Amino acid sequence: MQSSISVEDHLAKIYAIWLREFKVFLREKSRLVASTFTPILWLFVIGSGLGSANPSTVPGVDYQQFIFPGIVSMSIIFTSVFYGSYIIWDRKFDFLKSVMVAPVSRGSVFVGKSLGGMTTSLIQAAILLAIGAAIGIQFTPLSLLQDVAVILLMSFGLTSLGLALGSYMYSLEGFQMIVSFVVFPLFFLSGALFPLDNLPSWLGVLTMADPATYGVDAMRNAMLGVGSHPAGLDFAVLTAYTAALGFFGIYSFGRMKAV
Amino acid sequence: MIKIKNLVKQYGRLTAVDNLTLDINDNEVFGLLGSNGAGKTTTIHMLATLLKPTSGTATVNGYDIVSQSSKVRSSIGIVFQAPSSDDMLTGFENLHLHAMLYSVPRHARSKRIDEVLELVGLADRKKDQVKTYSGGMRRRLEIARGLLHKPKVMFLDEPTLGLDPASRESMWKYVKRLVEEEKVTIILTTHYMEEADMLCDRIGIIDKGKIVALDTPAGLKAGLGGDIIRIKTKTPDADKMISRFDFVQKIERADGFLVLSVNNAKRALPVLLQAIEAESAEFASPTLNDVFIQLTGRNIKEQAEGGFMERYAKFD
Repeated sequence: MQSSISVEDHLAKIYAIWLREFKVFLREKSRLVASTFTPILWLFVIGSGLGSANPSTVPGVDYQQFIFPGIVSMSIIFTSVFYGSYIIWDRKFDFLKSVMVAPVSRGSVFVGKSLGGMTTSLIQAAILLAIGAAIGIQFTPLSLLQDVAVILLMSFGLTSLGLALGSYMYSLEGFQMIVSFVVFPLFFLSGALFPLDNLPSWLGVLTMADPATYGVDAMRNAMLGVGSHPAGLDFAVLTAYTAALGFFGIYSFGRMKAV
Repeated sequence: MIKIKNLVKQYGRLTAVDNLTLDINDNEVFGLLGSNGAGKTTTIHMLATLLKPTSGTATVNGYDIVSQSSKVRSSIGIVFQAPSSDDMLTGFENLHLHAMLYSVPRHARSKRIDEVLELVGLADRKKDQVKTYSGGMRRRLEIARGLLHKPKVMFLDEPTLGLDPASRESMWKYVKRLVEEEKVTIILTTHYMEEADMLCDRIGIIDKGKIVALDTPAGLKAGLGGDIIRIKTKTPDADKMISRFDFVQKIERADGFLVLSVNNAKRALPVLLQAIEAESAEFASPTLNDVFIQLTGRNIKEQAEGGFMERYAKFD
């Protein structure tokens, strides 16, 4: 009985933190517009531009459709990792201190914030999936289910990564470094824009180390049926990465200084 | 309510809080008075479990600040130096968030939120985003937030820092109301003498991490020898007549004036003026500032105030 009350209590606090993140997200619509616009730009400009120059990336698949799963991943990578910068904002404006002084475990704060990041990513991905249908991607209930699963796993893992990194940083300028050294490598090495099958070996190794690779590939399997790995392998690796990054996030929040 | 024993906080070689021992009673308003960098905020942060002490112990509401930090957190409310509410949310939403974080039961939340908003005079602004609030209103919202879960102890860290004089006075009014309406022990840090004088039952003057004086405001000032009254009189034997009163501690003659030391000049003067015929009379009371200068050799008002920019600069 005691423990069920306590679980309920934890959930209520996680919900409280998520609710705040969600309300702020709803009120900062410019955030949604800006971060959805960039992937759309890539999809149409790079997709059409490169597509017209090199139509035979994967035989039988239009280049724009080929990169579509990559562009969905791109949106998740950028939004999720960037979400870590909000922990720095919270610290700068002392909001974080007011949460840390409340009787809430660091784990609950972490999970609440991660769910906030996931929600943001999910809404953006939903907009992109609708655009995908418009450019001719054929969704089935099963493929859609697989896509949503990938989106949830990727966004939780990468939000965890962003929050973990943000918890060690004290300035937003410092977080810019994350963009160069984390966000872009995650995106470029994921095979979002090119097939993984005939890469030079150094690049092949790097793409295999990138968690986003398995997300892109899983979605490519689901949407287009042209993955480089079996779908099961993609999901297994992605789940393992997500769990590891989640633990890294909880560990980092536990170590984070309150003042 | 709070027992602090040999509390120490060191940052490298710097000792911010130096072997502090202090007891704070139930339902008193206790002021920690000191200049910037004296160790006030560090002490509060340790008591609020945000910082771990280097050594020493303290209990808040009977709970140890290190080993029972969660229970300490449930027992306290805190208003930080800089407002810490989310300004994208409304006043109500900020309070609702914290009501959930402090496990205020669902059915009691709205009622309690309305109560505390009423107490700080923000009931009519509860649906507005905090970014539309003035500085004083933000501070009051923080007080409301700190009170939501009916804490036993309320920490107010420089509650009027950076406020204009009018907002400062209204803040004092709300703090006084808080003392009257909520059963709560208040620990207030400030470097404004008049604030400490007006609001606090007892004051600890803290300098370089140590308590250098601890008494009621009146007691601290009385330590300087009480009020001084100067009377010019033609009454012969005025000295003798005055020495009858036991509230007169010392009588001197200087430049044709009688100079008297008394405990409370405001009460003493009318009595004296009935007894003797005075041509002129004046009095001066020692201020807490005089006490502070005597104890630390420095004037608290000469210190930089530590504005927002300075505090944010510390993060970078």
